[in-house]
Amino acid sequence: MASLRDTHIGNAQGKTVLSSADLHRVVDRIAHQILEKTSGATGTVLLGIPTRGVPLARRLAARIHAFEGIDVPVGALDITLYRDDLRLHATRALGKTEIPGAGIDGRRVILVDDVLFSGRTVRAALDALNDVGRPSSVQLAVLVDRGHRELPIRADYVGKNIPTAQSENVRVSLAETDGGVDEVRLSGSEETR
Amino acid sequence: MIKHLRSAADLDAETATLILDTAGEMAALAGREVKKLPTLRGRTVVNLFYEDSTRTRISFEAAAKRLSADVINFSAKGSSVSKGESLKDTALTLQAMGADAVVIRHPASGAPHRLASWVDGSVINAGDGTHEHPTQALLDAYTMRSRLGRIAGLRVVIVGDVLHSRVARSNVLLLSTLGAKVTLVGPPTLVPVDIAAALEPSTEVSYDLDSVLPDADVVMMLRVQTERMQDSFFPSAREYSRRYGLDVPRMRKLPEHAIVMHPGPMNRGMEIAPEVADSSRSTIVEQVANGVSARMAVLYLLLGGKA
Repeated sequence: MASLRDTHIGNAQGKTVLSSADLHRVVDRIAHQILEKTSGATGTVLLGIPTRGVPLARRLAARIHAFEGIDVPVGALDITLYRDDLRLHATRALGKTEIPGAGIDGRRVILVDDVLFSGRTVRAALDALNDVGRPSSVQLAVLVDRGHRELPIRADYVGKNIPTAQSENVRVSLAETDGGVDEVRLSGSEETR
Repeated sequence: MIKHLRSAADLDAETATLILDTAGEMAALAGREVKKLPTLRGRTVVNLFYEDSTRTRISFEAAAKRLSADVINFSAKGSSVSKGESLKDTALTLQAMGADAVVIRHPASGAPHRLASWVDGSVINAGDGTHEHPTQALLDAYTMRSRLGRIAGLRVVIVGDVLHSRVARSNVLLLSTLGAKVTLVGPPTLVPVDIAAALEPSTEVSYDLDSVLPDADVVMMLRVQTERMQDSFFPSAREYSRRYGLDVPRMRKLPEHAIVMHPGPMNRGMEIAPEVADSSRSTIVEQVANGVSARMAVLYLLLGGKA
């Protein structure tokens, strides 16, 4: 997902838009919003989109558990085989798909991803979901919405709206996937190319 | 990523591991209600089979169809080949039809290499003469890894007609790349002393099956090809079976965790006893299921990205 949304270009340039503490507060808020909007997260499954959506989904589930003692099933949904841009890049390695044991039929699925940009990843995720089962409804939670949608898709839970230029990079780092500290950085195109 | 899969030697350890990992994800998807994936929509895969084959052809066909590729099956029987068309002219026909990948089985060793120079698409070797059968080696390696958890350090014994076996050749190459230790066992007429060194220097040769079984993690039995019996590579089927067949007493010599593999089709009672083939150590049915996942992985990795 990296080359499409440029979420982890390997430099430390640019400015921090979410610090580690901010990021934790944002995750807490989304967890509360999920509880509020889904009346206590009943019949809900969190599915993270690899790579960084997966640890985010796990964190949301952990916070929901901490707030209300509810165990929300968490899984991962890899969308690589459903992408519409496979032929534009070299072959991508597949991520893990793990659907919680009880499945998703008749449940409310909340897709979790780090950055919402063109919306194409979410479109692919909806297709992938269709082959896994039939949820009663699907919602979307993202850490960052950076705009520039190419498809009619919006998020139900947004950590932070970050206005960006097309050419800028939003880079999300999470301790689980990137080592080090949690943060979100925004860097200009001229700095990274 | 590589463009063709002509030989197991085309794969370095990293690429081979990527294929096995991808096969694992494909296998996980096979448990779902909707098994079809849209990934290769609009791509054409031609199965070009100059030799009879059921499981390999069906396996490739199922793999391509699960990835939504269009599949054209071409068997030499009932085609222009029986009117004398050469491989090159057939290849040019396929080229004109826009095949993105050609899966070829051919009685002549090296046919996939020639074919790759005539077509623009990817060429996948599905068995050429007595040379190689790389996707069989991949599915075997995948089976070993899923049963035993690893490949590096495994002691693999391959038993039978190594001389004429493309399965053995591809397995020796791939398993050595992935760090397994291979021992070839069979009658001296079918396991020439220098074959191991010619293939891969770390490979050992033994003519005594009973002595290598207690240390084996994997025993792979090769099919005795009936046409070899007429060529007097060994005195009689009965003698072969006595010395190199895997029967129940021999199976008991294996360590507790060891598995028994066979690429199929097997001659029950000849190289493998029915009790062994049907035992819980046997992975023979698993190998067939894993074949589809491994071939899906190969098709995805060769065709899924930018051409």
